[in-house]
Amino acid sequence: MAVTSAARARPSTYARRKKATPSKLIRQALLYAILLALSVLFVLPFAWMLSTSLKDDPQVYRVPPIWLPRPMRWRNYIEAMTVVPFGRFFVNTLWYVLPSTFGVLFSSALPAYGFARLRWKGRDLLFFICLATMMIPFQVQMIPLFITFKKLGWIDTYLPLVVPSFFGSAYSIFLLRQFFMTIPRELSDAAYMDGCGELMIFWRIILPLSRPALAVVALFQFMGAWNDYLGPLIYLNSMKRFPVALGLQLLRATYHAAGQKLVWPYLMAASTVVIAPILIIFFFTQRTFIEGITITGIKA
Amino acid sequence: MTATQATWHRAKPARSGMLLRELRRIAKGLAFVSPWALGFLFFTIYPIGASFYYSLTRYDVLRPPKFIGLRNYVELFTRDEMFVIVIRNTLFMVIVGVPIALVVAFLLASLLNNPVRLRPVFRTIFFIPSIVPAVATAMVWLWIYNTQWGMINTFLASQGLPIIPFLSDPNLAKPSLIIINCWAQGGSIVIFLAALQDVPRTLYEAALVDGAGSWQRFWNITIPMCTPAILFVLITDLIGTFQSFTLPWLLTEGGPNNATELYGLYLYRNAFRFFKMGYASALAWILFLVIVIFTILVFRSSARWVYYGGAIE
Repeated sequence: MAVTSAARARPSTYARRKKATPSKLIRQALLYAILLALSVLFVLPFAWMLSTSLKDDPQVYRVPPIWLPRPMRWRNYIEAMTVVPFGRFFVNTLWYVLPSTFGVLFSSALPAYGFARLRWKGRDLLFFICLATMMIPFQVQMIPLFITFKKLGWIDTYLPLVVPSFFGSAYSIFLLRQFFMTIPRELSDAAYMDGCGELMIFWRIILPLSRPALAVVALFQFMGAWNDYLGPLIYLNSMKRFPVALGLQLLRATYHAAGQKLVWPYLMAASTVVIAPILIIFFFTQRTFIEGITITGIKA
Repeated sequence: MTATQATWHRAKPARSGMLLRELRRIAKGLAFVSPWALGFLFFTIYPIGASFYYSLTRYDVLRPPKFIGLRNYVELFTRDEMFVIVIRNTLFMVIVGVPIALVVAFLLASLLNNPVRLRPVFRTIFFIPSIVPAVATAMVWLWIYNTQWGMINTFLASQGLPIIPFLSDPNLAKPSLIIINCWAQGGSIVIFLAALQDVPRTLYEAALVDGAGSWQRFWNITIPMCTPAILFVLITDLIGTFQSFTLPWLLTEGGPNNATELYGLYLYRNAFRFFKMGYASALAWILFLVIVIFTILVFRSSARWVYYGGAIE
């Protein structure tokens, strides 16, 4: 009832909205002012980081703070990357992040297919369990896994960070399942008629149609692994195996302890370098990214 | 949907071996989910069971675990003064921090939901902090919060105002962490924005006809229609906050005066600094139970406040 009356009322409300009354204009101006102020607030930490990363020591300790350093000390970047071997840390990070991304893609797509496109007894129960595991804190698994990996001699290797990702991630399975469910059933039916098996359908029909969802999963996993700190902290001990996350903290520890000059410019330069790849990836994949988050949030 | 599924299976040659077919179907399903199922056994069920066993032992990794019954739990609840502090800190972050971050995210999303030009640009700006690696976030905020030379305090000092010891005052350390969390709410903002845009226009128009003001519309239409998204964000934030580790570990290492010694930190410290694996496992199990109970409570309560707009369609 309410809906129909609203539909009838629509033209008049629209007409009313179009008129730019002074109070409307003020509201609009206020809205932009608030958005702009908040944007500045959100960007400020990054600006502060970039600004500091280019300062020399005297400029760092200046009241009021300087925002545009002069002269700009670009050498901070080179020096920060060499006082601890950041090049190596980057290679290390990719060395386990890429396999783990591949692992999650492979090992989540198959179960997602089983949960979304096949009908079998126990499926819904298992899927419920799968979702429930998202609730389990990593800390509960952390200690026994550490002990097991230690017994296997995997500590200080990348295996503990890579191998588990080959056994599905509940979050990715959920995301892919939601997507697989939206693919019309008729496509599978036609393939069955042609005598295709499930694996063939999975590989030839479902996967190619799910590229956007697969991209989301790969993206999330890549970023999650790149940003992870606790995992590498537990499993890796020797500096030559550190990823960037540990490298940054190492830089801080080394320099803080020694009371060296240029601590903050170096740290900010290194932080910028660690953030940069993530930001670059984000800018190229923004749409995919935001769609992915929306899928998980709304359909949950 | 059920109808199409039914026909789809009938398409196969119908033989008498119903049970056999059923079994084959189950086998096929299990084969597909096997990567996850194996992982569930190795990396979920086994660790949970093992950590329960370890929680009943004294275990320093070097020597084999020694069974001591419930003594770890008894010590935690009766003698460990730190445990009380840790619980209090963590509950503060969950009960105060989570709602604040949620409200901030919802308000930002509501702002973005207005018809503004450049919405994608604003959305990107609000979103980016949430994808920054936690270690980098920690470094940047350490420097912003720096008592002597940080961005805020040099400004305050230049205005002749008293400085704020963000991370060195026990009363300010937790609020300072909450501020960072509010800054990094991008994921929630995107979810809320999507939910806000799904609210049917017709509802607002009907309310407008009925003479509802903008506040009434927000309170009686926008919020109820977004409760499913709010529930989702609330639960994921809750679970995340109970486990939070990286930021407090890097910013304050639990200090000053244990003000930010959160559950995740204390657990890590016991396990990997003191090598009290048994004790840490007991901590882990309590955390697990607390998270399950909180999640169930929130879900139970959701029947009363979450509105699934099925009736609208």
